[in-house]
Amino acid sequence: MGQRIRIKAPRAGSRALTADTLLALILGLPILAGLAGVILPAFGYLPALGGSGLKRDHFAELASQPHILRSSLTGLLAGLATTGAAVAIVGTFLAGFAGTPVFSRIQHLVSPLLAVPHAAAAFALAFLVAPSGFLVRLVSPELTGFTRPPQWLVPNDPLGLSMVAGLITKEVPFLFLIALAALPQLPLRQSRQLTAALGYGRLGGFLVSLWPALYRQIRLAVFAVLVYSVSVVDLAIILGPQLPATLPVRIAQWTADHDLGARFLASAAALLQLAIVLAAVVIWLLVERLGRFALARLTYSGRRLRNDAVPRFVSACAMAACAALIFLGIAILCIWSVAGLWPFPNDLPAELTPQTWLRTLPQLWPALQTTIALALAAAALALLSAILLLHHNGASGRGGNGPRYRLLYLPLLLPEISFVFGLQILIVSAGLKPAFASVLAVHFLFVLPYVLLSLSAPWRELDRRFENIAAGFGKPSLQILLTVRLPLLLRACLTAFAVGFSVSISLYLPTLLIGAGRLTTIATEAVALSSGGDRRVIGVYALVQASLPFLAFLIASLGPQLLFRNRRAMRT
Amino acid sequence: MIRRAGKIIIAAATLALGFAVDASATDAGDWEAVVAEAKGQTVYFNAWGGSDNINAYIRWAGGEMKARYDVDVVHVKLDDTAKAVATVVAEKAAGKNDDGAVDLIWINGENFAAMKREGLLFGPGWATRLPNWRYVDHETKPTVLRDFTIPTEGLESPWGGAKLVFFHDSARTPKVDLPDSAAGLLKWAEANPGRFSYPQPPDFTGTSFLKQVLVELIDDKAKLQRPVDVATFATDAAPLFAYLDRLTPLLWRQGKAYPQNYPDMKQKLADGELDIIFAFNPAEASSAIANGELPETVRSFVFSGGTLGNAHFLAIPYNATAKAGALLLADFLLSPEAQLRKQDPKVWGDPTVLSLAKLSPEDRSAFESLDLGIATLNPDELGPALDEPHPDWMTRIEAEWIRRYGAAN
Repeated sequence: MGQRIRIKAPRAGSRALTADTLLALILGLPILAGLAGVILPAFGYLPALGGSGLKRDHFAELASQPHILRSSLTGLLAGLATTGAAVAIVGTFLAGFAGTPVFSRIQHLVSPLLAVPHAAAAFALAFLVAPSGFLVRLVSPELTGFTRPPQWLVPNDPLGLSMVAGLITKEVPFLFLIALAALPQLPLRQSRQLTAALGYGRLGGFLVSLWPALYRQIRLAVFAVLVYSVSVVDLAIILGPQLPATLPVRIAQWTADHDLGARFLASAAALLQLAIVLAAVVIWLLVERLGRFALARLTYSGRRLRNDAVPRFVSACAMAACAALIFLGIAILCIWSVAGLWPFPNDLPAELTPQTWLRTLPQLWPALQTTIALALAAAALALLSAILLLHHNGASGRGGNGPRYRLLYLPLLLPEISFVFGLQILIVSAGLKPAFASVLAVHFLFVLPYVLLSLSAPWRELDRRFENIAAGFGKPSLQILLTVRLPLLLRACLTAFAVGFSVSISLYLPTLLIGAGRLTTIATEAVALSSGGDRRVIGVYALVQASLPFLAFLIASLGPQLLFRNRRAMRT
Repeated sequence: MIRRAGKIIIAAATLALGFAVDASATDAGDWEAVVAEAKGQTVYFNAWGGSDNINAYIRWAGGEMKARYDVDVVHVKLDDTAKAVATVVAEKAAGKNDDGAVDLIWINGENFAAMKREGLLFGPGWATRLPNWRYVDHETKPTVLRDFTIPTEGLESPWGGAKLVFFHDSARTPKVDLPDSAAGLLKWAEANPGRFSYPQPPDFTGTSFLKQVLVELIDDKAKLQRPVDVATFATDAAPLFAYLDRLTPLLWRQGKAYPQNYPDMKQKLADGELDIIFAFNPAEASSAIANGELPETVRSFVFSGGTLGNAHFLAIPYNATAKAGALLLADFLLSPEAQLRKQDPKVWGDPTVLSLAKLSPEDRSAFESLDLGIATLNPDELGPALDEPHPDWMTRIEAEWIRRYGAAN
């Protein structure tokens, strides 16, 4: 038996190597090429615009841009603050409530939030908190005496607090969902019983016993959140500081500048953005070390932290507030989508009209078909690839840790804006017409890491003894995969599919650039319209865009409930 | 992949040496051939997609093109025209000199200036050879031949006119209090702090406001028709920035934040955050009232000394796939029928570029009997049109604006 394994292992390893290398090449090359398409212009090489020599002028130009340091720092700090707060909220909430009835209730509340596109959530939030927004309207003029909106600098406050708030409300559900997928693999009940028996409070017990294992599983997602928040564009335009705007917003403006020479500047800035993301990652690694140190101190101190009611309450409130803000925001977008004139300080519009929906739906239909087709295809392809990849790597028992494999996460860990423009040049020069296939390929590139991310942790943590038993019966590995592992992981697979589906739905920049605008999806339509600022139409598009992933997540969470209604352990 | 990368570099290097080949033989002079060639083509029309009524108008035009000429029109909705320019730049960088993704662009100002400078446009001379060019009013509307002072040279076909017009809610702001010049606007802002603003440059409407002030305050207007003289720019622009220094603390949010664009200002007028806003389309207020976006008490006004006027155009990239279809669409959009529909405020309300005197009597009376809407000024009430400065001015002033006011917080 031992001999057999020793003979088989290298063969399985080499087969995995080729499969990995191939996939890593397919995914990694476009990204590296896209980066090259940014790095070369940053150093002055873009022959179409007459730049043929290598020089560093564009970095000097970048350095001389007004307030560039402040733009860079605001984005960096906002990203770090968002990540810290999101991890703290999700961690504390899981620690305090995992396994309780409150937990499952909030779980059902929060999951659909992931589906709400960032831009739509930002609009909803902006309308809620603005001086002429819904919350002020509710109490005006009765309590405040305002008959005209006050001059408060919210949103777009200089410290970026409203942007951070917007990001947190969007990133908390994402981290939560990833953690949720990893949670069933942890010995939650046993640890709870053990730490309770030792006299720990719920929070303290979870922190000491389960948090390190849980954090390891959600770590990549945390980094994805960090990179995303440091380099966010659409949400920052709506909620972030304006004077000066954060660096990613300014890059987006430069890439769209009428002065084509600004593209060199944009490329240089995209490299700077890359450096900032790197700095953020380094800082976060330090934060992790500090956290590990603090946790070790806490563990060895033996303190039981029995009085944790306040932090538990706060985390539950924060969780509920994220959900409430977005739900309220979406509800108000709903009202806007049927509103006639709705002036300040009226709480509700004077009249309701279906006009906006009637006008918008016919135009929306073709885009909707493209969106769904793209998302289904990209998510299915990505899920299939992820399963194959994990299956091959599974032989080593430590899937997902090889260096080539890490390349797959590059789209997640690189700021989009740093390489999509370069990628566009590559795709066009490869002689590809902008078409469904090339856009699908790019969607696949962005969807796969998310799918892999959400699937790999549960995959790795599944008790291997199920498969060992099946192997003991002499079943071939493919049959074991299909009849044992995949059914056991059905919920994780469906969640991964839903994550992939919603990522594809929300992709804007890649769809626009690679599709050359010829492939319209709900996302490209929504952002184009949001530049027109009509809240009614934004309401319609945001609702449609949010409802698609919502359906996917609904299926992901209801599917196992229905399929396994007589298998209690598999419903969670 | 590596071989392909090599191909890019070679192609790009070829381009760098200056070979931009116009492979097309499509000629607007031979119209019958154009119509025949266009049959069955698909035209990818890249146009700003931020306005519902404009999108609906383009959809109507697409339907007509299909029915009459068997040409499919696909509206590629952009949030910024520069994105279409970026597409053409990327294609040129990749050596894709035929079969480009963009067939027709809605364009003007610096985007046109940039594309013309980089040789990214089809032409020249096609625009003035379109059959419907004969109706165009190029005598009294010089803006159709000079796009922000840059000669169009037939590289782009005029589509509509534009004029800076201010809007106010007469229920809040009585007509007698309204300013009549940039200086008057400053006085008004002193009396009503926090109720005026302009979209943050480089937004097109926002920079237009800066230009309006510049045109009013500069010592010699003739300077604006030429590129900026670097030596005297500081003194030439000094009155503008002295004005802005005084205006900024009186702006909405004390100038610490700005509206994103015109629709954002429109929303803020409805929200009661702003009292005076402005747009480049005189019919904007009427159509917004019709859509329930603004209250019925909103009215328009202009400065008696004149406000900026310009035109917007349609251009074809040098590597467009369906050049014949694009020509046909540009010509159709210039036809009296399409221009009449465009000027109807219930449809779009965009002023025509045609000369009523050159039209047939039926078309002329159709134009004259258009109900422009309750908040729209008649053409004779719009006041004189001030010329757009050379695009160079806009670039300089934008940069200077960002340097001075870009970190107000």
